[in-house]
Amino acid sequence: MSGSDGNGRALLQVDDLVVRYPIPRGLSGAVLRRERRFVHAVSGVSLHVDRGEMVALVGESGCGKTTTAQAILRLVDSDSGSVSFDGVDVTGISQGDLRELRRRMQIIYQDPYESLDPRFRVSTTVAEPLVIHGIGSRSERRGRVNYALEQVGLAPAELFVDRFPHELSGGQRQRVAIAASLVLGPELLVADEPVSMLDVSVRAGILGILDELRDQGLAVLMITHDLSTAARFADRICVMYLGRIVEEGPTRRVIEDPRHPYTKALLSVVPRRDPRHRTDVQILRGETPNPIAVPAGCRFHPRCPIAVDACREVDPELRTLAGERDHRAACILA
Amino acid sequence: MNPPLLEVDDLHVWFDLPNGRKLHAVQGVSFSVDAGTRLGMVGESGCGKTTTILALMGLLPPTASVSGRVLLEGVDVLERGEETIAPHRWNDMAMVFQGAMNAFDPVKRIGQQIVEPMELHGHASGAEAASRVSGLLETVGIAPERARSYPHELSGGMRQRAAIAMALACSPRVLLADEPTTALDVMVQAQVLELLTYLSNELGLALVFVTHDLPIVAQTCTHAAVMYAGRIVEQGPTEALYHETRHPYTRMLWAATPDLDAHEEVLSIPGVPPRLDAELHGCPFAPRCDLAASRCVSERPELRSVGNGHTSACHFSSSVGAAA
Repeated sequence: MSGSDGNGRALLQVDDLVVRYPIPRGLSGAVLRRERRFVHAVSGVSLHVDRGEMVALVGESGCGKTTTAQAILRLVDSDSGSVSFDGVDVTGISQGDLRELRRRMQIIYQDPYESLDPRFRVSTTVAEPLVIHGIGSRSERRGRVNYALEQVGLAPAELFVDRFPHELSGGQRQRVAIAASLVLGPELLVADEPVSMLDVSVRAGILGILDELRDQGLAVLMITHDLSTAARFADRICVMYLGRIVEEGPTRRVIEDPRHPYTKALLSVVPRRDPRHRTDVQILRGETPNPIAVPAGCRFHPRCPIAVDACREVDPELRTLAGERDHRAACILA
Repeated sequence: MNPPLLEVDDLHVWFDLPNGRKLHAVQGVSFSVDAGTRLGMVGESGCGKTTTILALMGLLPPTASVSGRVLLEGVDVLERGEETIAPHRWNDMAMVFQGAMNAFDPVKRIGQQIVEPMELHGHASGAEAASRVSGLLETVGIAPERARSYPHELSGGMRQRAAIAMALACSPRVLLADEPTTALDVMVQAQVLELLTYLSNELGLALVFVTHDLPIVAQTCTHAAVMYAGRIVEQGPTEALYHETRHPYTRMLWAATPDLDAHEEVLSIPGVPPRLDAELHGCPFAPRCDLAASRCVSERPELRSVGNGHTSACHFSSSVGAAA
């Protein structure tokens, strides 16, 4: 599969991305010139997404996966590193150029109950991005809206265009939200927990839409804490821990042969459907780590079941595993 | 033979709607749980699973009316409503609410909040209560000195475990839990599920566990009940519901659930559940069912035994085909 351009660059290429948030020092802190402290939300993330590929970014809350997505779309500013979209570094461009790029990269959110304006009919919601970007005449916009609605399975579109959000089910609302993000014809779609608020009966339908769009050439970055969903739908999985990617690889490789102890632990606690299936559950103890005080050495070592002395000192790099092509882990013991 | 610890018999719940109609949210639910067993109740939003356990606790709003029997060791606690439920609430039967970790009073110490129900129900006070708080926190895996912490000083998972400790304050024998892990990360979820299983195995607690997450039921519950449109449509040992599925809805729920090790396609369930503010005719699942025949439209199937403590409400239960 060749989703990259001629230079071997992926559509989205993130290199060594760092995002920090300053912690307010308060008046006394400022007067006393106390050292500024930061939340290291994202500390050196590299990843790429090709056209026609779905990549899942998984990890626990607070690991930095949503901040990574926000920095990719430049909804937050990064401190260092680069986010290259189709060869253009998003982190450095002007607001005007950014606006142009935003047509090509879109995001859908977790909660379709909050992301739709309750006063807008479906047609208004889906047409809004076209209006904002000044695209098309009224009738051209209507055509595009109907096409987007049918792309997400709301067909015939005429049945849905005049409805208000309260007249739609949760699954239908999420479909409308996806249609609104597709109407500009984006090349990259970031999906932040797209099904976690929905009933299990309709989740597969929403994921199926993303699946199909991917097959049509869209690049999809899905942020999720649900490894079962990632395992079924993503081409590649990136596992994040405390602001870093600790393992990355083709989905089946990561699921069947996880190499980082954190990935192993995460996979061991995912409940399986078969009641007879018993995994050797490996529950990590200790507090969820604090991104203000990142441990020295390997950031996972305080919770790691196999840590050795060296792990307290060496901050392991994400490196390609011996005998594997695209499978990487950040562990000196992997 | 002793009666079961908790037995629910033909429970109905109606809500008065503003338009004068009634919504029949729970339509004749029956089940029982014994000490040390864990029943998982699953189904889509609005199927009546949460309403069912709120009814057991007598915690429904005034717009609700309830009929049926709720027997605790053979004694009907629903008989005279609040008067007969109140002595048992928290003492014999306690509940952990969805998002319970956010239900603590932010300006009171955790320990103090766990003492309150003990004092209120006259179980313990003073030094004795304080020592019980330490014991309870230890049981749920929180260091006893954390009793002096405020809620914001604990992580989400710890607060959820503290909420379980609070539910256990009066030593109940039945614990009802409504989506107790929904807002939690998978690692913290594993800790809470491990705790609930421990409480049931070691302390003999009977658990009723409401969730939309089938794999959680598969891995933690001894029994499962699938609800649809206010009724239980299939019930039995968890293994049987997966390996010998006898209702098409259960089969479709399994097929809609992705699994780490499975490679087959994940399928959504077409259609939507019926409205419950009008009388239902025939099988309520028929419009979404791939096995539906004319009989399903005319005749509502009763919950019938299909062997070994396993029941199904489907005219074609023998042709359903298992999930695996």
